[in-house]
Amino acid sequence: MRRLMIACALSLCLNTAATSEGTQSFDQIERGRYLAILGDCAGCHSRPGGKPFAGGLTLTTPFGNLVTPNITPDQDTGIGHWTADEFVSALRDGRGHNGTRLYPAMPYPTYTRMSDDDVVALRSYFSTIEPIHNPVVSNQLPFPFNIRLSMLVWNAVNFTPGRFQPDPTKSQQWNRGAYIVQGPGHCVTCHTPKNILGGDKSDATLTGATLQGWFAPNLTMDERTGIGRWSAQDLVQYLKTGANAWTLASGPMAEAVSHSTSQMSDGDLESIAVYLKDQGRPATVAAEPAPNQNMLRTGEAIYKDNCAACHRDNGAGDSGLFPRLAGSALVQAPDPTTLIRVVLQGSRAVSTTAAPTAPAMPPFDWRLNDAQAAAVLTYIRNNWGNAAAALDARTVTRARASLSANP
Amino acid sequence: MPWVPGLASPPQPWRPGPWLFFTADEAATIEAVVDRLIPPDNHGAGGKDAGCAVFIDRQLAGPFGQAAGLYMRPPFMSGAVTQGNQSPDAPAAVYRMALKGLAEYLRVRFSGKAFAALSPQEQDAVLSDLETGAVELTTVKSAEFFNLLLQNTQEGYFADPIYGGNRDMIGWKLVGFPGTRYDYRDWVDRHNEAYPLPPVGITGRTDWTVRD
Amino acid sequence: MARKLPAKDVVIVGLGWTGSILAYELATAGLDVIAIERGPWRDTATDFPPAYAPDELRYAIRLDLFLRPDQDTLTFRNNMSQTALPIRHFASFLPGNGVGGAGVHWNGQTWRFLPTDFQLRSHLEGRYGKNFLPPDMTIQDWPVGYDELEPYYDRFEKLCGTSGKAGNLRGEKQPGGNPFEGWRSSEYPTPPLRQTFGPTLFAEAARKTGHSPFPQPASNLSQAYVNPLGLKIGQCSYCGFCERFGCGNYSKSSPQVCVLPALMRLPNFTAQTESEVTRINLDSTGKRATGVTYIDTSGEEWEQPADIVLVCAFALFNVRLLLLSGIGKPYDPKSGEGVVGRNYAYQTTSGVGVILKDKILNPFIATGAHGMMIDDYNGDNFDHSGLGFVGGGYMGAGQTNARPIQTRPVPAGTPRWGATWKKATAENYQRAYSLSTHGSSYSYRDCYLDLDPTYKDRLGRPLMRMTFDFHDNELKMSAYLTDRLAEIAKAMDPAEIAASPRKGPYNINIYQTTHNTGGTVMGTDPATSVVNRYCQSWDVHNVFVPGGASVFPQNHGYNPTDTVGALAYWTGDAIRERYLKNPGPLI
Repeated sequence: MRRLMIACALSLCLNTAATSEGTQSFDQIERGRYLAILGDCAGCHSRPGGKPFAGGLTLTTPFGNLVTPNITPDQDTGIGHWTADEFVSALRDGRGHNGTRLYPAMPYPTYTRMSDDDVVALRSYFSTIEPIHNPVVSNQLPFPFNIRLSMLVWNAVNFTPGRFQPDPTKSQQWNRGAYIVQGPGHCVTCHTPKNILGGDKSDATLTGATLQGWFAPNLTMDERTGIGRWSAQDLVQYLKTGANAWTLASGPMAEAVSHSTSQMSDGDLESIAVYLKDQGRPATVAAEPAPNQNMLRTGEAIYKDNCAACHRDNGAGDSGLFPRLAGSALVQAPDPTTLIRVVLQGSRAVSTTAAPTAPAMPPFDWRLNDAQAAAVLTYIRNNWGNAAAALDARTVTRARASLSANP
Repeated sequence: MPWVPGLASPPQPWRPGPWLFFTADEAATIEAVVDRLIPPDNHGAGGKDAGCAVFIDRQLAGPFGQAAGLYMRPPFMSGAVTQGNQSPDAPAAVYRMALKGLAEYLRVRFSGKAFAALSPQEQDAVLSDLETGAVELTTVKSAEFFNLLLQNTQEGYFADPIYGGNRDMIGWKLVGFPGTRYDYRDWVDRHNEAYPLPPVGITGRTDWTVRD
Repeated sequence: MARKLPAKDVVIVGLGWTGSILAYELATAGLDVIAIERGPWRDTATDFPPAYAPDELRYAIRLDLFLRPDQDTLTFRNNMSQTALPIRHFASFLPGNGVGGAGVHWNGQTWRFLPTDFQLRSHLEGRYGKNFLPPDMTIQDWPVGYDELEPYYDRFEKLCGTSGKAGNLRGEKQPGGNPFEGWRSSEYPTPPLRQTFGPTLFAEAARKTGHSPFPQPASNLSQAYVNPLGLKIGQCSYCGFCERFGCGNYSKSSPQVCVLPALMRLPNFTAQTESEVTRINLDSTGKRATGVTYIDTSGEEWEQPADIVLVCAFALFNVRLLLLSGIGKPYDPKSGEGVVGRNYAYQTTSGVGVILKDKILNPFIATGAHGMMIDDYNGDNFDHSGLGFVGGGYMGAGQTNARPIQTRPVPAGTPRWGATWKKATAENYQRAYSLSTHGSSYSYRDCYLDLDPTYKDRLGRPLMRMTFDFHDNELKMSAYLTDRLAEIAKAMDPAEIAASPRKGPYNINIYQTTHNTGGTVMGTDPATSVVNRYCQSWDVHNVFVPGGASVFPQNHGYNPTDTVGALAYWTGDAIRERYLKNPGPLI
């Protein structure tokens, strides 16, 4: 009931003027609470085991470590002393208190799309949550990245501020989905590959990217490497429950499902599906040469003895328990980071109210050597109609070393 | 409870190398014994080449040998057979005492020849006598020791090769047991048909290695 | 000196099937619940993944998942003329340990008791006369009836997703099911398992000889299923590593698969593992429990206050905890007075081995509860006049595995070792099959549990003492059942048959079952029961023994778990709907 109310309030507000500063109506705060879910603020600003929104979570970036700030209204260690304008410019322009430049680990390049009403609602919500005293030193980057002024150049190259502009030729549902995906949902932050400066490659939006030792998959409509074979219902079910006939959310996406998407309204999830399903396919990638037959034969034997009991001889898996491998975009992704990681270390699926089981893939690093892991992964990437580049043992060796260095 | 990536507790694989528990003489005796309990024949290797003596050695050197986890509090009283083993001696101690008793017995009966030096017929006769209790060692109850020895030998022949025995899965091949394979759904309805896949163990099988 | 913890509404001793079910029922009712389990946390992917779960040496022989006798064990004697000696190494029965309890490594055989089982004494005396029963047999009617319990059986089976075929749907007989079963309100949640060759041959022979075979009810699922808690259970892959093993692919119903993930999401539930409850504490009146004391792995003692104490450990240890806590009058077999420890019973099993001619059985393809069974000789399903015994059991073909350390059948007379043994082993493995009977074990005056006068556990508390032997009634029953089974086995046209009826005396060295029942019997009369029909202690109204097999007045010819699960839900409802509204004696 409450969700329906908020959905209605939100869709009305897309076109109305901002409410005046100072009114803290229940509706606005509720809308802000829901927007914090859309934006998954808790995903970074709440540390597991810590207090809500009190920061302290270390983010490993290619440039070094950042620690998320405390965004509770605490006067000394939070953002209680920030003005409303400073809050707005943090989300819009990447400039915080006293104009301090933020690093784009805070996804202001996407939050900039959010409407005025939404940003004000967020501000209202965040001024009502419990203030927590928790001092955090955010900037832990090594020289020269710790010089915030360098963000001037970065922003010039990679950042274009501006509100979301709805497309008048598309439906309200499509526009709502576009708003969420491009704005508060900040899907591009993980799912779009980055250039050398860490900015989005604008010609490769949502085609997948690697971060923190996981490959965030391709969300375009490519049928082999993207979600082209997913129905809208598949998408909605995945975001809402963490599981569908194709796969289960794990790794960093488990957290995004748990804190954010599983709590979005059904209407918003459907809008996201409508928008994503309408995105085109990128240019077709040239087919990879067929892998070595010996490797496939060996991979098949390893698959039979290690994998088939769950993922089945036909690669179909079991919806809600074991991901489907046949036809899976995750399996055929050009970047095998997640695949290798999951086989070596295992992974646990997210637990949501609708799908609480949270089954886990056990680790195989103790059982399979690098050549064997490469063989079985090459097999699953090329069987049942799948087609993707073979893996060699060296790739696995490097991944294994990197995982033990950064668990 | 929180998930820990990479956390697993597979068994420790046996490490080839010198005997960890048996002395050289004891090992020679046990190797000869297991080769009579499970002789080599056209079905395949015997207990010795299957690694049964190595298996028993590693077991006795580990928690099994120390009766780890068992209730070993006093008083130790003997009771009815139905009340179970009440001995204060852990398997490692039992083997040590039994092999000493066996050596003494051989000194008397076979002028001090080692078990390994007896003919197969003589070896079988000694083992039968221990089995039935026709011969009582001075150090342990013969029949009880024989049962333990036979049990451990058979464990060694049929357990997963990761423990040192069942080398090349020879025990599993003897009977046609596929080992750790976990999925037979496609075979449930195939009545009276031979299952074709070779066995696999915790450490895999030769088909897991790419051969060019 | 035990340190006192903040109070909870409910403290649960043991986090197995009944502990998990009650924790969920009461936490979702809004209560603050803590479960204290003396074993470790157990999780499928970490503790029994398919990569190392199928290890016969580790789990079936060295008993890695089971209770270690040096943590807790019993002393045992056949009768009162002997001195009880410690069970230093479990063999005949294998108590579980850890979160999930024996629910982790059970077979999944999911049978209901018969309607007549619940009125055992009055039914048998009514049919055969009062003098038919031996004078020292202490069986009694249950204080609940089958009809009352039926919805709870249904509930537990739906929790598990049990695979089977109903034989009696609301009074109407259904072809393909068990014609003798009590009425069911609904079909099984999933269809019956497909059968391998051995059970199929048995079923043919059973039909040929005029019996009614049906698929054994199995909580190894025939297809994937989502239970009422939203938890997903997978499809069984017939790996043949069921009893004594954890299931690697989420297809054997267990607390881990069927309850815990939903339970652990509840913020008002806490699990405290590797902590052993040493006693239930009572107030100065002795009529009300104040909570429990437990000891953690570092040896620290803690007091957990609570308003309700649920005794959810394994049956044998429920009895011991009540004895050590001074709840209820201990049973004295000489005087016949007292109740705690009274009416201990077990299970009377036997086997018939067949070696067939030129068959490929692939016996390693198996599940814990597959198989084709007949119930023609269970309970009072057949006329006992002139037979000289009461009771019965199901029987049939459900060999759970062919793991070669333990299962290598050879013809009778084959030497135990040597060249002949090796040849016989190779030649018979594929064509030998084990049939079995699973018979009742009624209660007797001299079969009971009490505290041992000599032996202590690692904490210095007396071990429990078990005094038990098979009586003539059970041995005669076993001989009869085994003969009937052998007749069917003959109709399978075997090359060889070997019938092994159960023989006395009861031997603690030979594995039979872990179906230990009784000791905290449920009843209508406090003189012959420890708990009332709501599994509430007669003496201490805020202590319940919710359905563990220790509440069985005697054991019937079926595995206990379905009844244990049903009684757990039954008790849960009694607490939620009656006790919480008006705490006090419910009778």
